[in-house]
Amino acid sequence: MHRTAVKQVVMEGVLDANDALAQANRTQFDEAGTYVVNLMSSPGAGKTALLERTLERMHGKLRLGVLEGDVQTTLDADRLSRFHVPLVQVNTDPGFGGECHLDANMVRSGLSELSLNDMDVLVIENVGNLVCPAEFKVGENTRVMVYSITEGEEKPLKYPLMFRSADLVLVNKVDLLEHLDFDLEQFLGYLDAVNPGVERILASARTGQGVDEWCSWLEERGAPS
Amino acid sequence: MHELAIADSIVQIADRHANGRRVTKVQLKVGHLRQVVPSALAFSFELVAQGTSVEGAELEMEEVPVTGSCRGCGVESRLKEFPLQCRACGSDDLRVLEGEELFVESLEMEEV
Ligand SMILES: Nc1nc2c(ncn2[C@@H]2O[C@H](COP(=O)(O)OP(=O)(O)O)[C@@H](O)[C@H]2O)c(=O)[nH]1
Ligand SMILES: [Mg+2]
Ligand SMILES: [Zn+2]
Repeated sequence: MHRTAVKQVVMEGVLDANDALAQANRTQFDEAGTYVVNLMSSPGAGKTALLERTLERMHGKLRLGVLEGDVQTTLDADRLSRFHVPLVQVNTDPGFGGECHLDANMVRSGLSELSLNDMDVLVIENVGNLVCPAEFKVGENTRVMVYSITEGEEKPLKYPLMFRSADLVLVNKVDLLEHLDFDLEQFLGYLDAVNPGVERILASARTGQGVDEWCSWLEERGAPS
Repeated sequence: MHELAIADSIVQIADRHANGRRVTKVQLKVGHLRQVVPSALAFSFELVAQGTSVEGAELEMEEVPVTGSCRGCGVESRLKEFPLQCRACGSDDLRVLEGEELFVESLEMEEV
């Protein structure tokens, strides 16, 4: 049998399919008038803790909803259930490549359980991972990164992808500054090196420092006009 | 491991374009800023391709270095590390021109 080799030009973006779905999600958010935050960080940086503080403060001010992305458990969703806000848990696919981030399709699968029309702001807590979530748009209006000072100063230089894609960096656990030899100035310098002038708020979900500032940031963008 | 999800997407794209033919090579352009680990991507690709028209195909990755043009003086620079700085005036106000690519450029296939 004769085989002919052929070459075909493709020029197709690897993430095009995801981006198209993200755009569809975005259209749905826009139609409902819901502002969507993609909240990203390494595991344990304090996303859920900050969400708890946020839900406490925003009660009666801003109608919040939460989509929790988690690998297998419902622990984070359980921590937030006492706030009685619209809440849905999306467990990421344990199969190929689905564990480390939410993609547009996974978020889409959670949306049917949420009444977007009753929500000013939807916060999507992404899976804890310092690289993967940054590659996958889910239809968000903004990207907020939580960074814990226990992670060291040099991470922006080693993992620039997420730091570069963030619109706001919440530098969390600053209550521990006096106990660690974390050099805040050096970290902020590295942050500016990869994302010059990016907005930042020094925060502690433990003491509440910076939480008001973060809530105002959110209100400015998410309050119904 | 976003390499696994990326590999999965590459295989889907190649398989769709192959339209029943056997894929022997996939040419990929990867910008340096994508933080893709080539060995992890190659490994994932081999794994995910199994049982598809892409099984056994070679994945050729061309890494695209980062270049940017200065918003101040207009000069283009090749950038090796952060902070991204204009080689002419030292400004860090640069527009990234290349280095963020992630696309399947072409396929080689066997027509049976
Ligand atoms: N000291 C201190 N601990 C915190 C702070 N925020 C979160 N933590 C702790 O860090 C751990 C991980 O927090 P969690 O909210 O689950 O992180 P997530 O994985 O990003 O959702 C928990 O033990 C929190 O109590 C903070 O501001 N200061
Ligand atoms: Mg959490
Ligand atoms: Zn310049």
